Amino acid sequence: MQGLSVTGLSAAYRKSKVLDEVNFKLPKGSLTGIVGPNGAGKSTLLKVMLELHPKLGGTVHFAGKPLKTMRKKIGYVPQRGSVDWDFPTDALDVVMMGLYGNVGWMKSPKARHREQAMAALEQMGMADYARRQISQLSGGQQQRVFLARALVQDAELYFMDEPLAGVDAATEQAIMTTLRELKGRSKTVMVVHHDLQTVEDYFDHVLLLNRTVMNYGETADVFTKDNVYRTYGAGLRWRQEVPS
Amino acid sequence: MTLLLSPNAWWVLLSMLVLGVASGMIGCLAYWKRQSLMSDALSHAALPGVVIAFAITGVKILPVLILGAAISALIGAFLVQWVVSSSRIKEDTAMGIVLSVFFGLGIMLLTIVNRTGGGNVSGLDGFIFGQAASMVRTDVYTMSALGLVVISIVWLGFKEWKLFLFDPAFAKGLGLSVRLMNSLYSGVLVLVIVIGIQAVGVILMSALLIIPAVSARYWTHSFKWMLIGAAVIGGGSGVIGTVISTMGKGWPTGPFIVVSSAAFFVVSLLFGAQKGLVIVRLQQRSRIKSEVSVPAEREKMVVKEGGY
Repeated sequence: MQGLSVTGLSAAYRKSKVLDEVNFKLPKGSLTGIVGPNGAGKSTLLKVMLELHPKLGGTVHFAGKPLKTMRKKIGYVPQRGSVDWDFPTDALDVVMMGLYGNVGWMKSPKARHREQAMAALEQMGMADYARRQISQLSGGQQQRVFLARALVQDAELYFMDEPLAGVDAATEQAIMTTLRELKGRSKTVMVVHHDLQTVEDYFDHVLLLNRTVMNYGETADVFTKDNVYRTYGAGLRWRQEVPS
Repeated sequence: MTLLLSPNAWWVLLSMLVLGVASGMIGCLAYWKRQSLMSDALSHAALPGVVIAFAITGVKILPVLILGAAISALIGAFLVQWVVSSSRIKEDTAMGIVLSVFFGLGIMLLTIVNRTGGGNVSGLDGFIFGQAASMVRTDVYTMSALGLVVISIVWLGFKEWKLFLFDPAFAKGLGLSVRLMNSLYSGVLVLVIVIGIQAVGVILMSALLIIPAVSARYWTHSFKWMLIGAAVIGGGSGVIGTVISTMGKGWPTGPFIVVSSAAFFVVSLLFGAQKGLVIVRLQQRSRIKSEVSVPAEREKMVVKEGGY
């Protein structure tokens, strides 16, 4: 069963190319870590696939269909730093945003939408903070709110940009439990990841990226010392972070 | 005070209330788009359009002047974008250039039209500092109708505005057209500016957009209540400033509106219920006290929240 297929995808910022001929295929129900050095285009890859950033060329198919018809089946978790957490709103309200597509444009959310949002917060262990100002949440709590917002979308495919960056251990566990649970329900999940040490524990598939796909496939086959070195080039100095 | 008693003055007040409410709400959008200065650039950029519209048509009818102002302001907005995208000049610098050049051009044209057009043009001076008292009944209708359009656009799309301002990337992922929202935002911003400049003036119009929004921020942690608060403060400043300016003959409206909104701002800054200096100081004091008296309780809280 096809989860995701990307063919010849290229993109640029201003005039410099950041993604060059990206090709890969991932099966439905896979949990994939996107790994690569800084500036490899990991975040850009997600944005270009979801047409949040213009592409130069290439095609993307979600469960065999183009983005247009799949938009409602796709959940996106942007980087936590991409929004202003000083914005006047609370955790529950942010999670409700994930339901705006279902609520309908220019209509008000109903009680059942609020219940759905509460359930998602509960799943992320954030029920007690539903009415908390988002500026008063810790970084990990903010990340959980973002995860909860993606969960209420009840999507088929999830794309998450560094959900584990700068979060506390408890949040990391909560997020990983959720990701595995999504995988268990045959959702296709792609996660931009920065910590090489946890790749093998967390992901069944891996996409090594440095402006183009260096390698992809099942973690056990692809996440090898040679491949990782090749992806990171001279930038990799920490022996202990490279799998043996 | 005699002016206040005339029925026309009541109509003027009503339209200033609508204008204040509309600009307070649009100010909230501009505040979270981090574009407060943009409103200042656009209002200054409107002046040449007003003068040119008058010079071409020879009439001083508000809809015509508003149209000229809108075109001129949009050209200003376009120029800011163009300078930023085609050079290394930063947005605030670009806005500074556009603001001063357009205003200078407007004053220059005004002088020329004044020389050649005779006493007929005296009313145009009012566009610099604003002259609410000089508005006639049809001006009031035009202003109120357009103001109500702006208010309903913000109110009907409240949920969409919130999503668009907080997280545009996520909004786009949900299928909300960010390009449409951006155009709509520029549209309502220009609209509220051009309907306001006759009454408030191009120099101080931005105060009616910026100050109510930033004042309302001190009172609430909810975007809805920030909009309502800014509407109340904007409407209040509009009405109070207008009442004072109508007390003397030829008193400009803009400065009085700015001073009254500044009074709202000072009160909000000090006594605002959420972020006001007094409440923040009180919270700090009680926090220190509780930390001294019940350290264990405090620690429990930190652990529960997963640490700081």
